[in-house]
Amino acid sequence: MRVGALDVDIGGFNLFNRLRSFCILAAMEPTEAELIAAVLKGDAASFEPLVEKYSPRVFATARRYARRESEVEDIVQEVWLKAFQKLASFRGEAPFEHWLMRLAVRTCYDFLRGHQRNRETTFSEITEAEGDWLERFALQPESAPENADAARQLIERVLEQLSPAARLVITLLEIEDRSVKEIAKLTGWSVPLVKVRAFRARAEMRKILAKIAKEKYL
Amino acid sequence: MNLNELQRKLLAAGRSNPPSDTVPYGFQTRVMARLRSQALPDGWTGWARGLWRAAVPCLGIMLLIGAWSYLATPTPTSVDLSQDFENTVLAAANQQASDSIW
Repeated sequence: MRVGALDVDIGGFNLFNRLRSFCILAAMEPTEAELIAAVLKGDAASFEPLVEKYSPRVFATARRYARRESEVEDIVQEVWLKAFQKLASFRGEAPFEHWLMRLAVRTCYDFLRGHQRNRETTFSEITEAEGDWLERFALQPESAPENADAARQLIERVLEQLSPAARLVITLLEIEDRSVKEIAKLTGWSVPLVKVRAFRARAEMRKILAKIAKEKYL
Repeated sequence: MNLNELQRKLLAAGRSNPPSDTVPYGFQTRVMARLRSQALPDGWTGWARGLWRAAVPCLGIMLLIGAWSYLATPTPTSVDLSQDFENTVLAAANQQASDSIW
């Protein structure tokens, strides 16, 4: 074992050689900018590593806005198609991931606007568990746990009732904890517009909660 | 019921439940197959698309200008087209003749 020469040989396992080969491989792997340049030159196959790397992130985003898995898959597929078609507009000033996430959020917003007629109008479908959680909250707010499945289902139900803009802004601001500036960049809205929409969204949400309370207790 | 507290609790519940980032099996392959089937639009394709899109408004503008020029033209004093044509063609010669008189 010659640590000074960076040649650590433990039981025939040459750590230095492994590290060196890893570095060589990493250096050989094309960067995102190189992949994008290759795609723009007509090599569609260079797009595959990007799809592989960022699909989990896009899926997680799409699952915030669509419940059915088939809808989620449609959204993500559309995001990648748009990304491929609009790749020439990516200037490389910001990371590719930021550009892609802007595209994903806007596609999700389009999806919400396209499906706003399907929004539920009553809370008659509240499950027993959700009803129990609400009752527990009404009796003693501290005793209703935030991490209960019923609470999670209930917030999903409430979000589904919101208008597309309100749902988007509540999800980004309150659930994903993003700043107003970040939301403005993601959505393409101005900062004052995000603030106005956030204010209206909170009011809309309180109205829905009031409706639930009324339906449940009157 | 304290609605503000209910809202806070439900949003906290939403935060504590991040969605899964699982990618369905074979998704990348499907996307790549779809992408390969469509060629990346080059500069000429963009031009061709733009020109096709511009064709309809141009046609509309042409028809409007045609209609306007037809309707706005004052009624001709002479109905004899051949005489008008002759006057136009020989306008320069007539001008010269009148200049030489003076």
